[in-house]
Amino acid sequence: MPIKSLDELRKIREDQVKKVKLRESGESGDTTIEVLVGMATCGIAAGSREVLNKLVDLIGEKSLDNVKVIQVGCMGYCHSEPTVQINTPGKEPIIYGNVKGNVVDDIIEKHILNNEILDDHVLIKTFNSAL
Amino acid sequence: MATQRTHIMVCGGTGCVSSNSLEMVDSLKTKLIEKGYQDEITVIKTGCFGFCGQGPIIKIHPDNVFYVKVGMDDIDEIIDEHIIKGRTVSRLLYKEPETHRTLPKHDDMSFYKKQYRIALRNCGLINPEDINEYIAFGGYEALGMALTEYTPEKVIEIVKESGLRGRGGGGFSTGLKWEYTRKPPSDQKYVICNADEGDPGAFMDRSILEGDPHSIIEAMTIAGYAIGASEGIVYIRAEYPLAIKRLEVALDQAREFGLLGKNIFESGFSFDIHIKLGAGAFVCGEETALIHSVEGSRGEPTKKPPFPSVEGYHKKPTSVNNVETFANIPPILTKGAEWFHSIGTEKSKGTKVFALAGKINNVGLVEVPMGTTLREIIYDIGGGIIDGKAFKAVQTGGPSGGVITTADLDTPIDYESLKAIGSMMGSGGMIVMDEDDCMVNIAKFYLDFTQDESCGKCTPCRLGTKRMFEILERITEGKGTMEDIERLRSLGHAIKDSALCGLGQTAPNPVLSTLDYFYDEYIAHIVDKKCPAGACKALAKYKINPVKCIGCSACARVCPVNCIAGKPKEKYVIDEDQCISCGACFTACRFDAVIKP
Repeated sequence: MPIKSLDELRKIREDQVKKVKLRESGESGDTTIEVLVGMATCGIAAGSREVLNKLVDLIGEKSLDNVKVIQVGCMGYCHSEPTVQINTPGKEPIIYGNVKGNVVDDIIEKHILNNEILDDHVLIKTFNSAL
Repeated sequence: MATQRTHIMVCGGTGCVSSNSLEMVDSLKTKLIEKGYQDEITVIKTGCFGFCGQGPIIKIHPDNVFYVKVGMDDIDEIIDEHIIKGRTVSRLLYKEPETHRTLPKHDDMSFYKKQYRIALRNCGLINPEDINEYIAFGGYEALGMALTEYTPEKVIEIVKESGLRGRGGGGFSTGLKWEYTRKPPSDQKYVICNADEGDPGAFMDRSILEGDPHSIIEAMTIAGYAIGASEGIVYIRAEYPLAIKRLEVALDQAREFGLLGKNIFESGFSFDIHIKLGAGAFVCGEETALIHSVEGSRGEPTKKPPFPSVEGYHKKPTSVNNVETFANIPPILTKGAEWFHSIGTEKSKGTKVFALAGKINNVGLVEVPMGTTLREIIYDIGGGIIDGKAFKAVQTGGPSGGVITTADLDTPIDYESLKAIGSMMGSGGMIVMDEDDCMVNIAKFYLDFTQDESCGKCTPCRLGTKRMFEILERITEGKGTMEDIERLRSLGHAIKDSALCGLGQTAPNPVLSTLDYFYDEYIAHIVDKKCPAGACKALAKYKINPVKCIGCSACARVCPVNCIAGKPKEKYVIDEDQCISCGACFTACRFDAVIKP
């Protein structure tokens, strides 16, 4: 389908940008929120792969440009898998445990969008990023 | 399609492809399907990352982890460990040779730190065979802006103001060239992209075409609009099959998206591009010879004027620009002339891509702002000389350029400064030489190349380069005389002054420049009959160090002419008159007792 105007080109770009978004590294720098998902054997067994994919989907749906989902290895909280750590620039990193079902939605809706901490699921507040 | 969480970027540049990177793409895909991850993870074949010495390269997003020297055997581990369990495979990470630090992220590597990528902006970032990815990273925006918001004169004005100069070596203002081509009234004009890249060791044009072919298509279309042409031709050597294939794919996609063809962006402007394959003759990089070759005639130059901008392809005004020059055009239009003008030195704006080759640790493709010093390129980015040997010289400008020695390592590089020290920018090949390289031999190598590539049309180049080569051959065989030096000089200047085209006019440069900077090496060959670097086989005489020799007889056993005498457990001696300098004894000796001349 031929592109007839700059606006049409820009529309295609908007659609395509989502697909390549995760390749942008560093540029947005200071404002990027990192969401780390523990993907060791225990994590995967407890469903972290589903959590990871759901996070990616939600972030895509809501076009959250400044959030980057990264899978990491074992975080050491095997008793409370799946675990998710949120690194917001300038704030203490927070690790959530037992992230299942609608907790994933809450992380996005409450924590990332509204800065509300999900008290029931906080495992630890720490300065040590898992990365 | 589910949203992807990880992109595995596999380098699909020619260097990595020759080390099986395409097989790795297949293997990664198969493995992902086996494990059931194919919906979440995508494998993408990209263009050249530039770090060819460390290839094949695999980069993983969004983690931003950069794996080097990946082999087929490593694929399983990357999937099982990194992709499935999120654990970085440390042994595949890059280790900085000087500091022995392991660096997972490419932005931490000194190879990338000092680089500034404009022409190579998309190489390694996008899938070159997908126009959507090019558009996602801002592609065709410049073309849209040019066609719908600017007049052709305005486009030329912007390119002129940016200060962009021809990246093929000439260094002529691109904006001016376009203006000169726009001026003469004509029913038909042409845009030609010179992708004949002939300098030994230079491969930036190939990498751009392989890694970001749409940027060239976009820029050529902009050029067509600016000068008033409706037809573009990419003249590319047939030795670049991968670049040709990707360009063909890109051309088809651009047509499908209406970005080539009739009435582009409904502006009334029509433009199309076709590919013309060249046979890989060095002289066809010269624009008049290139045009003759496109026309189907012999690739021979004609004298200028008339310049192609007045009388070019089919005697119509034609603008011939190099691949790297074109790659700079879209960002100049989208970011503005001012932005481009702010990068670089007073007279040379923007960046330049260099192909690092020879005795350097980080062989590869680097893009740096004009004005970066050679020392930064060779030591900081290039990682220094292999095995910690001593730097001797670097040849820039390929067979048309000259050598640059330690004394000029801190010269900020631009068109003028390189000329001032007797070399030239050329297309950006940089061949690094160390203490083991003989400069007379290097000069001979380049003359062998030019006398071979001379098209034969004009006498100074056809005969002159041949004679110079013969003299150099004599000197490297120890048969030279002091008169030969004078002959080389006068021949060199005569050829420079009288040859028809750039090939001949620059061919003597490697000789004249080594005569200037390494005169003592010529003298050593002629007077002492010695090659100080030990590279000239005919002059090399091996010796045995009696202190180190333990009498193992290994050297005597491998000597093909039986000129090493001695008894086991005693000292061996080489008969220098009979020695043919093959070096077999040197390789055979395990005790460092054979001294290389």
